[in-house]
Amino acid sequence: MSTTTTEGKVYDVAGQDWDELVETVTETAEERLVINMGPQHPSTHGVLRLVLTLDGETVTEARTVIGYLHTGIEKNMEFRTWTQGVTFVTRMDYLAPIYNETAYCLGVEKLLGITDRVPERAQAIRVMMMELNRISSHLVALATYGLELGATTPMIFGFREREMVLDIFEYVTGLRMNMAYVRPGGVSVDLPAGAVDKIGEFLKVMPKRIKDMRKLLDENPVYTRRTKDVAYLDLTGCMALGITGPMLRAAGLPWDLRKSQPYCGYETYEFDVPTEKTCDVYGRYLVRVAEMEESLKIVEQALDRLTGPLKGGAVMIDDKKIGWPAQLALGPDGLGNSPDHIAHIMGSSMEALIHHFKLVTEGFRVPAGQVYSAVESPRGELGAHVVSDGGTRPYRVHFRDPSFTNLQAVPATCEGGMIADVISAVASIDPVMGGVDR
Amino acid sequence: MSSDNLPGVPPSGAGEQTPEPIARTGMFGATGTGDTSGYGRMVVRRAPRLSSARPYGSYFDDVADALEPSFGDAIERVVVDRDEVTFHVARERLVDVMRHLRDDPALRFELSLGVSGVHYPHETGDELHAVYHLCSITHNRRIRVEVACPDSDRHIPSTVSVYPTHDWHERETYDFFGIIFDGHPALTRIEMPDDWEGHPQRKDYPLGGIPVEYRGAETPAPDQRRSYA
Repeated sequence: MSTTTTEGKVYDVAGQDWDELVETVTETAEERLVINMGPQHPSTHGVLRLVLTLDGETVTEARTVIGYLHTGIEKNMEFRTWTQGVTFVTRMDYLAPIYNETAYCLGVEKLLGITDRVPERAQAIRVMMMELNRISSHLVALATYGLELGATTPMIFGFREREMVLDIFEYVTGLRMNMAYVRPGGVSVDLPAGAVDKIGEFLKVMPKRIKDMRKLLDENPVYTRRTKDVAYLDLTGCMALGITGPMLRAAGLPWDLRKSQPYCGYETYEFDVPTEKTCDVYGRYLVRVAEMEESLKIVEQALDRLTGPLKGGAVMIDDKKIGWPAQLALGPDGLGNSPDHIAHIMGSSMEALIHHFKLVTEGFRVPAGQVYSAVESPRGELGAHVVSDGGTRPYRVHFRDPSFTNLQAVPATCEGGMIADVISAVASIDPVMGGVDR
Repeated sequence: MSSDNLPGVPPSGAGEQTPEPIARTGMFGATGTGDTSGYGRMVVRRAPRLSSARPYGSYFDDVADALEPSFGDAIERVVVDRDEVTFHVARERLVDVMRHLRDDPALRFELSLGVSGVHYPHETGDELHAVYHLCSITHNRRIRVEVACPDSDRHIPSTVSVYPTHDWHERETYDFFGIIFDGHPALTRIEMPDDWEGHPQRKDYPLGGIPVEYRGAETPAPDQRRSYA
């Protein structure tokens, strides 16, 4: 159970008697203790590994090790068509799939030069889906957060509410996660009948649920003691480390790409950018909850437009050389090409069949060049650096995932604090390892 | 029927005299085998190297004006494309340029969105590119700084001293492209295992590229698999 190496004594804690371990550890005179937390640990949001050097209960050094979930998404995309790329990117940050897709599609559209030709209805649907996604992502952040601090009620609340959003996603796109819904030129399918009512119902229920969450946590003495003045990171630190998103806004800077560099028509929606000045975990919590309330406002406005002026509009660009030829429809065996479209290509038009086949298998060509497109994801700026060499598949796509950059703040927020606050700090960064490692 | 949807076919009579050489053919990068995909004749032509002349438009001229007095010699070329500006900077001057971009009140690019690598094997002498995306919150502007280094001398000075956020980004670029960022505090692999051989995002590194072992049976790497020639 303990071996001596050149670095010192190594204690193995793989399911033996803890008393024995405590005894052997107290025998040694060394004060410094290096603990390996993760990659398999319930509070590390997946497979994050932290190497903590402890002096008593104080963390003197915190090292972050990542890479355990690297799947080579960026490399794989170079071997698939531009449209197929959506299927890959949606799997990066799996709590915010719509953002990955939108950032990527905005980049491809910019390269194609069709940004202004994407139908308004598609843009409004994107905005609505993104904001719903923001709510579901923040709910997970709060839920896991409560759980990691030892409170199960926020977890139950959070996941119960998130289920409502996932139900909407399933109803609209056919899938709860990884839906590959946003495509270059628009979205894959229009809102099905009944979706508006479903979202309307959600808008009615949700404000009260957020209020419940606030009642439970805002003034809770146990919660505030674990969160106030913990993991302090001020504006200077945020800027140096490239931190964006709720962490930056909890440091007092109202930097939100939806306001400062709007995309998808965000400039036409009315909403506020919540900020806090506390720079701590509690401030980040408050920012996230307030952002959910703002997101509800945006969803409501988007829904009004979709049922009002944008009703019945197209959801895919009318360029036949780019837009996916088929609309999707729900059949007895799941979501697939619509029966009308199949009847058209198989029964009446040979040219339509050829066109469908060419566009689906070969894809479209994207003029050579490079662009950077960014969206405000629930965790911060999600950027896509998209490079084309003029072919039918990407030459290089790089994602600047906010989780990846924000995780660099772990040493700055944890060192010098208590080991219990490490959990708090990591949870407030809200990293999603799928996005970190890609 | 028009021919504008057939970009791969050279204009009749021109033959191979087109200024844009063929970059690659086919669909899936398969060579030497019978390409059963039906896209064996597809041709992708190499885009020319861009360089923009003044005026650049938008705020790009202001940025260039603030940069040029002290770093005119460091900027190799400026590319304005799709409402975005790219400054190609000589690698020897990179750190000075970046520091100036961050500290000059007229520029003030205080937020860096990290480093991204791109491998252009055909650009002899400039194969590996490191691309920096900078954002100015003060002026609400974005620019891109691009640095190139030859594959035979893969060294670019580290900019962690200017933008601490580049720590992990440079490690990632080193991991995937093999660019060595001189002066980085701890340039180690970040995504791939420490003992990994090769740099996976380079164009000469095949997709997959390693045999897959599952329950004792070994599946060869994709480029080693049996093909139906």
